[in-house]
This record gives sequence, C-alpha cells and structure tokens, in this order.
Amino acid sequence: MWNYEKRLQYPINIKTPNAKIAQFIASQYGGPDGEIGASLRYLSQRFTMPNRMTAAVLNDIGTEELSHLEMVSTIIHQLTRNLSMEEIEKSGLGPYYIDHGVGVWPQAAGGIPFNACEFQSKGDPVTDLFEDLAAEQKARSTYDNILRVVRDIPEIADPIRFLRSREIVHFQRFGEALRSVQENLDAKNFYAFNPAFDNPCKASCKNS
Amino acid sequence: MMSQNSCTSKEKLLQRIYEVSFAVDDILLFLDTHPCCQEALSFYREYSSERQKLMKEYARHYGPLTIDDALETDANSWRWMEQPFPWEQEGECR
Repeated sequence: MWNYEKRLQYPINIKTPNAKIAQFIASQYGGPDGEIGASLRYLSQRFTMPNRMTAAVLNDIGTEELSHLEMVSTIIHQLTRNLSMEEIEKSGLGPYYIDHGVGVWPQAAGGIPFNACEFQSKGDPVTDLFEDLAAEQKARSTYDNILRVVRDIPEIADPIRFLRSREIVHFQRFGEALRSVQENLDAKNFYAFNPAFDNPCKASCKNS
Repeated sequence: MMSQNSCTSKEKLLQRIYEVSFAVDDILLFLDTHPCCQEALSFYREYSSERQKLMKEYARHYGPLTIDDALETDANSWRWMEQPFPWEQEGECR
C-alpha cells in the first residue's frame, strides 16, 4: 500500500500558461515513454522477480514514478490553468479542449490515448529488466527532446531537468538489479531456465 | 510584517523538507542494491531522522503533509483536507 504526501517530489511553480508546451509535455504523462507507463510497468513486473533485491528496486522505482506522474500532471495543469479561449484555439489545443476541457487526461503529444500495450510484463526477469533499462533511456531521450523546446523557460526547464536526471539514476539501479539476477543463473547459458517459472528454487530470496 | 516573516520561515522549512526528502529518495534506491554499504546506511540514518523531525515541525506550524502527522496541530478541524494540494496557486484551490 502507499502513503500520500501533500507535496511534490520536486517543487513546481509555473506562473505563465502555455498551451502548446502543455501538449508536448503531456507525452511524459500518458505517452509511450511516459510516467504512467513507467509506474505500471515496474509495479506490475515486480511480482515475478526471483530475488528480493530486484523486487525492491522495481517496487521503489515504481513508487517514485508515481510521484513523477504527479509532477508531470502538475506541469500540464499549471500550463493550462487560466488559458483564454483565443490561446486555446491558436495553440492547437482545440481538439483536446473539446474532449477534456483543461482536465488532465493521459495521451501522447500526438493525441494517441494511453494504452497498456506501451509496456510489457513478460513474466521473465531478464526480459523485463532489459525492457526497464530501455524504458529509462527512452524517457531520458523524451526529456532531452522537451528540454530543447523549453530550455529558456526556467520555471518549466528546472523540474524537467530533475525528472531527466532521475531516469539516469534508475537506469543505473536496474543495471545492478539485472546483474544480481544473472549471478543467480546458469553462467554458461542465462536462458537455460526462466527463474520466474521453470526453476524458482535456484534463485532464492536468501541470495540477496 | 509578521505574516511575511512567518511566510519566509514556512518556505525555508518546506525547502529543507524537499532537500532532505530527496536525499532519502535517492539513497533508498542505492541501498536496495548496496544493502551492506555502511556509509550509505549512516547517510540514510542522518537524513531520515532530520526528515521526520522537520515533517512534524511543519505539521505543528502549518498543517500536516502526511496522514501520520494529521493531529500534530491543535486545530479543531480536519487539517489534512484543508491543507493545500501542491499544484495550487497561492490563495486559490486549483
């Protein structure tokens, strides 16, 4: 279960609305490499991990991602708060506005709705952890793309830089978790068995 | 003047809560994969205890940030609900 803290992981205080940039950043909420997908991916995958260290890494990073999706949705909300009808039409937010007003709804920058097919839970720890490593890099690239657009607007760029740096830390932790799984596998053939399915006893939670 | 001073110390306290909480967020992931690192354990001990102290102090003066501190204030109402959400503009509720 979770406890809520009535604060963000990193403070955000955007004073000037910007409908165009809100549409771009929305991708990190409900887009293909966004924070909702990240969180659901890790929190779903953690059940079949063969050692406690790897389950803990997925659990705790999945938890941190929940605070990131709150940060990204805060950015979207603050960028769309107090918009005029004229700004909405001019910026291209019109179609979104018709369906959602300025409510926060998970979709990609191009308008594709959030979909669970954006992540996997394969029931195979090696496969899942490689996906997680790639996911952190894809999210980092998206933040880099966003930063090229917002780098001269400190009130937006600052929290985006924070989120970007967390992707790099998470990548590092997933690498360590993957190593801990592989150390418990057959060194001559990592794919000799699936530790989540074929032979769970070989990788006991006692070995880290 | 009074209210300006109290506002400044409120912001300072919250800023420190952000800092020590981030230190905890980061070291806990490191400890997940380095559970025997003594340096990291003592880092966690230091920042986690400062965080708990500051969270209670904040709750006493300005209202709770977590449910465990909901009764730290002497208010007669449910401060947990009244406490602003972190995305709100000062003085508004959205």
